[in-house]
Amino acid sequence: MGVLVDPFLANDFMLRALVAGCLVAVACAIVGTFVVLRGLAFIGDALAHGVLPGIAGAVLLGLPGIGGAVVGAIAMIAGVNLVRRRSRLSGDTAIGLLFVGMLALGVVIVSRSDSFTGDLTRILFGEVLGIGWDDVWVQVGAVAAVAATAAVCARPFLLLAVDPEQARAAGFSAGLYDWLMLAMVALTVIVSFQTVGTLLVFGMLIAPPATAALVARRVGAMMAGAAVLGAASVACGLLLSYHYDLAAGASIVLVEVAVFFLVLAVQGLRRQTARPATA
Amino acid sequence: MIALAARDLAVGYDGRPVVEGIGLGLAPGDTLAVVGTNGSGKSTFVRTAAGLLPPVRGGVTALGGPPGAAPARVAYLAQSHPAGFVLPLRARDVVAMGRFASLGLLRRAGADDRRRVADAMARMGIAHLADAPLGGLSGGQRQRVHIARILAWGADLLILDEPTSGLDVAGRELLLTALAEERRRGAAVVLCTHDISDALVADLVLLLAGRVVACGPPAEVLTRESLLETFGLVISGLPGEEGLVMDPSHRHDHEAVPPGA
Repeated sequence: MGVLVDPFLANDFMLRALVAGCLVAVACAIVGTFVVLRGLAFIGDALAHGVLPGIAGAVLLGLPGIGGAVVGAIAMIAGVNLVRRRSRLSGDTAIGLLFVGMLALGVVIVSRSDSFTGDLTRILFGEVLGIGWDDVWVQVGAVAAVAATAAVCARPFLLLAVDPEQARAAGFSAGLYDWLMLAMVALTVIVSFQTVGTLLVFGMLIAPPATAALVARRVGAMMAGAAVLGAASVACGLLLSYHYDLAAGASIVLVEVAVFFLVLAVQGLRRQTARPATA
Repeated sequence: MIALAARDLAVGYDGRPVVEGIGLGLAPGDTLAVVGTNGSGKSTFVRTAAGLLPPVRGGVTALGGPPGAAPARVAYLAQSHPAGFVLPLRARDVVAMGRFASLGLLRRAGADDRRRVADAMARMGIAHLADAPLGGLSGGQRQRVHIARILAWGADLLILDEPTSGLDVAGRELLLTALAEERRRGAAVVLCTHDISDALVADLVLLLAGRVVACGPPAEVLTRESLLETFGLVISGLPGEEGLVMDPSHRHDHEAVPPGA
């Protein structure tokens, strides 16, 4: 047991990382469930990268990264809406354009910095072992905001996942609740980038809900399952990183993705063994 | 009060009309059958009546107000039920969505809501599937689930776009019985169909072919000539008549409409 518990008890930085990581896991489970159900994975990915130039600009100017991330996310959402409305291109193309554009802009901005690779790595992959308690409190606030929004908007969000037209027929503005959903994704990405980075937060957003979706029969169960899976992956990834000296954020996401394929494989095996019995 | 009224109504997409000059009044407790081929403008008309599309021109009211103003009183069943991948929902959860318009954002579902949901599932013969995952149901069973969702709505105007598609004979009978019950309690029904037998039992028929071919009681409207104009052929169906009549000169000029029309 000592191998599993001692690293967190003996090192304050490990404990902070665990708490912060679990908070990210809970926020990502709530938001990611709707992202997976609504099919917003691509725009979630784009948002995660879209915040990069904002953060990079803020870091270069010596301002807090979170402020820059907010500006980046707003620019990203506004840009996607603009391209969608002004051209006959599909949403995917609009998102893709903005996605690479913002990523490139971010890298260009960071390249002005003296510690180019260090800054870029920190933004893309996070610094989960360098989290402070004040960062943790910001995350507590974000988790509360995301949970409250999801609870209040559960019905329109569910209808949107089934069919946006059904949401409108039931009297819910599809535009408003789509926007709210994107705002939740943006908020989660913004407060999570310090922990796991803009590149890896997308993994935490998608992998646990996708894994839970393989087995869950209800949306609530999918969300709860994703939260448990996410939190367990955080603990597992941090321990792997501690004992084997691996990158912490990447270890967490790697565990999550590995669990997805493990569940998928087990399901496939069970289906194959079940088939001769029923035939 | 009139359940659904249209006056010189033009419906379409992005300001381009698909059908023009629709005028009708549907009384509570009555059925309107909207009949036409694919692309004739049926869905465009009912989506306008449901408040999902703005009218291109003219006037339309649902239950005395602008369409879409009273979602708790107007139920709408779309022609298809897109779901990119199968959602983790049970049949019961989908039917319960029919109560969302009445419940709004925050009001908790009560015993009455649960009773309406159970009742609607029983009426469509799917009470035994209540806890079945949606992904495990056949296409016809899913259609029954979605119709039960509309019945659970408790609406005063039911708008159903081709509800019989995918239904077997038993499912179709259950649907027609349920709609008769809805009408008896005073609800008006709008039904898109290309089945003449549905139109024969309606109170009002609107024949569409990219324009209004005819509109009125079935006895006046469902003539050999108007059906030839609507479909380009007549496959029996009319009382006292038999056989297949085709109009070789019928041109499907109205097929060039936007997708989803």
